[in-house]
Amino acid sequence: MPSTTTEPMIRAAHLHKRFGDHEVLKGVSLEIGKGEVVAVIGPSGSGKSTFLRCLNQLERIDRGEIVIEGETLVTTDASGRCRYVPDKEARRICAKMGMVFQHFNLFPHLSVLGNLIEAPMTVKGLSREASVPVAEELLRKVGLFAKCDAYPSQLSGGQKQRVAIARALAMAPDIMLFDEPTSALDPELTGEVLRTMRQLADEHMTMLVVTHEMAFARDVSTRTVFMDGGDIVEAGAPGDLFGNPQQPRTQAFLNHMR
Amino acid sequence: MDYILNIMGPLLEGTAVTLQVFGATLVLAVPLGLALALIRLSRFRAASTAVAGYVWLMRGTPLMLQMLFIYFALPFVPVIGIRLPDFPAAIVAFVLNYAAYFAEIFRAGIQSVGRGQYEAAQVLGMSRAQTMRRIILPQMVKRILPPMSNETITLVKDTSLIYVLAMNDLLRAARGIVQRDFTTMPFVVAGAFYLVMTLLLTWGFMRLEKKYAVYDD
Repeated sequence: MPSTTTEPMIRAAHLHKRFGDHEVLKGVSLEIGKGEVVAVIGPSGSGKSTFLRCLNQLERIDRGEIVIEGETLVTTDASGRCRYVPDKEARRICAKMGMVFQHFNLFPHLSVLGNLIEAPMTVKGLSREASVPVAEELLRKVGLFAKCDAYPSQLSGGQKQRVAIARALAMAPDIMLFDEPTSALDPELTGEVLRTMRQLADEHMTMLVVTHEMAFARDVSTRTVFMDGGDIVEAGAPGDLFGNPQQPRTQAFLNHMR
Repeated sequence: MDYILNIMGPLLEGTAVTLQVFGATLVLAVPLGLALALIRLSRFRAASTAVAGYVWLMRGTPLMLQMLFIYFALPFVPVIGIRLPDFPAAIVAFVLNYAAYFAEIFRAGIQSVGRGQYEAAQVLGMSRAQTMRRIILPQMVKRILPPMSNETITLVKDTSLIYVLAMNDLLRAARGIVQRDFTTMPFVVAGAFYLVMTLLLTWGFMRLEKKYAVYDD
């Protein structure tokens, strides 16, 4: 059997990261298989966003190993020295992951359609003729085809985030990372974004979602991970984790969230 | 009225010189300024510091002094000493000086674009160069239009400094006629010429600002 089928989509082992004196990640390890939807929950400052950002190199780890679909992004040798693969290689590996940010980070100077075709054209070198139909199809999927020519500033928060999801999908990633995708939204706008994410999950997209939406974690994720103090405290099927948490810290957090 | 038509010839010739200095400076100083800004913001500490020093030198001494230095003193500097004719000497001084100011404007414009834009480009697989060219610089343009409008208007008027190299720009042409005819009318006409030039610039920048107003940050 070829190794690619047995390799997890993401393998993170013993990730350490510190900002100055503060150790944000204290040896986090997590494997994510194909088609899994993993929700990461936990209090602010628990390191969950930093963990996500380390996976696609928005932050550089100090120690540990990250392997994406069998390809090593960074590894640590016996002497404790952390080694990243060369820049170009790292970009190629990270391109397997799409990312959605808390604050959308759409390109304000480009139209909605422009946001979607920018990377396919500049990074993949596709022609406009090849990129536009794909982009239009994705906008239809997130229900925003009518907004093709609008600029991001003309959209509501929920619409912006759906465009951001479509923009990430336009690069045809194998994995989608979500960094608190609904935290910057007014409560009445979170639903449309969560519906779009649920739709992706139903299509068996591999997803890693850092979120404060307990309902989403409970109902949509195939596995929920609770992080606190820079490490994973507990992980399991959402039914177990929410219904019967084993660790006191998990219990305290979930009680607090209710 | 006849008199004004009479002096129009030399004043228009002076205007041509003024516009040449203005145009050449703009065309050369904008790319140089952009290059300086990018070096200033680069990770290469030594190069960045060198540019900071250069900007300090160019903004810290009078443009007229720089021009006099390049025309009169540069020929005697060892190794790089060359004698430049008046027009090239003036252009070199203006370009070196204005590139420093432009570099600061560009730097401020680039730095005003948030980190999220770089991150969004990065996670889409764009290289640093692609991010700069496709995402950051286009957004910078909108933000630097007001200060650039200021700076180019200043440049129109600064061109009158080339009189120290005995070049016949608009103002020097007017002064020549004033001294010959004992009337200040040429100054009034020259002033009107400057106003027309800056009006055109103001209008041009307004058009640009309008064009970029289609989106908000």
